[in-house]
Amino acid sequence: MNLEWMAWTLPTAIFFVVIALMLVGMTIWQILSPSVPRRGFLPIETTRGDRLFIGLLGSAYIHIAWIAFTNLSLWIALAIALVWLVVVMRWG
Amino acid sequence: MEKWENNRAWFLILPVFVIVAFSAIIPLMTVVNYSVQDIFGPGQRFFVGMEWFREVIHDERLHSALLRQLAFSCMVLLIEIPLGVLIALAMPKKGWGVSACLVLLALPLLIPWNVIGTIWIIFTRPDIGLLGKTVNDLGIAFDHTARPLDAWITVMAMEVWHWTPLVALLAYAGLRAIPEAYYQAAKIDGASSWAVFRHIQLPKMRGVLTIAVLLRFMDSFLIYAEPFVLTGGGPGDTTTFLSIYLVKIAVGQFDLGPAAAFSLIYFLIVLLFCFVFYQALQNVGTGESR
Repeated sequence: MNLEWMAWTLPTAIFFVVIALMLVGMTIWQILSPSVPRRGFLPIETTRGDRLFIGLLGSAYIHIAWIAFTNLSLWIALAIALVWLVVVMRWG
Repeated sequence: MEKWENNRAWFLILPVFVIVAFSAIIPLMTVVNYSVQDIFGPGQRFFVGMEWFREVIHDERLHSALLRQLAFSCMVLLIEIPLGVLIALAMPKKGWGVSACLVLLALPLLIPWNVIGTIWIIFTRPDIGLLGKTVNDLGIAFDHTARPLDAWITVMAMEVWHWTPLVALLAYAGLRAIPEAYYQAAKIDGASSWAVFRHIQLPKMRGVLTIAVLLRFMDSFLIYAEPFVLTGGGPGDTTTFLSIYLVKIAVGQFDLGPAAAFSLIYFLIVLLFCFVFYQALQNVGTGESR
């Protein structure tokens, strides 16, 4: 199968593999111990999946804001996004 | 908690999953790939990292297109949702009038989008259009090809004419689903028609209105065909909405990388708004309706 039209690059491939692994991991986690909706610091009641979605969406916006307002390395933005993701998943 | 009794149900969602994968996920992945490369042709592409995102985010014309788009979508929601609910409340509840109203309301929804643009071009032309000529004959200068305000009024009028029926139909379906017992109880309590609307009809319409707000927001935020045909984004770029500007970059200038980065930012904005709207509307009036 020729995937040249999709114009793959190594960084984007890694990005999608990580997202896919997260989804698979979340599914297995859900089967082993089903998530119960709860309320953390977010203003809404969330399940684990909701928090992952909020975490990923927030991470995307952190990166966009980083590009918009600074010229510093994107690795710092990635680190902030990871911290945000962990905080939302644990205390969100 | 036993949730996995019947796993055959998963096979039933498999076709949907495959269709969504081919129609949405794979194209989205391709757009992500394009957004980090400079593409000159098949096999001629170079990785540029976040360069296109940086360029697009700092683009002044994109900022103004985004503001224009937000203003347009807010106005659409502010006009279409209350108007749709009012129409639904005014519609007959039984008899031949119901079918007549439903058919009349559905008509604008059945017309292809580019045809709607063409209809409104002719309708509002200052020289031969029924509306345009009448308004000009009344002494009000009106020309949507030359005056920005007129162009906005025409695009808004077209949008409201085209899509308010959808809100009205959804609201009407919501109203029809309310059991008669609620109205009888309200009558016994001597509730005013405002109280009936506020405490029975509005909370009961929450589900359909959520769908209406989400659909109308997303559709109006992604609007392309009608204003493109009607004004082409003009005069100047006063009706250049996000999608019209995006197509100018992608097809007009064939800048696939910046267009892909633009698309992803556009997608993230829509995703955020829909999530916020959905959550907000889920919590509206929960006290009354449960």
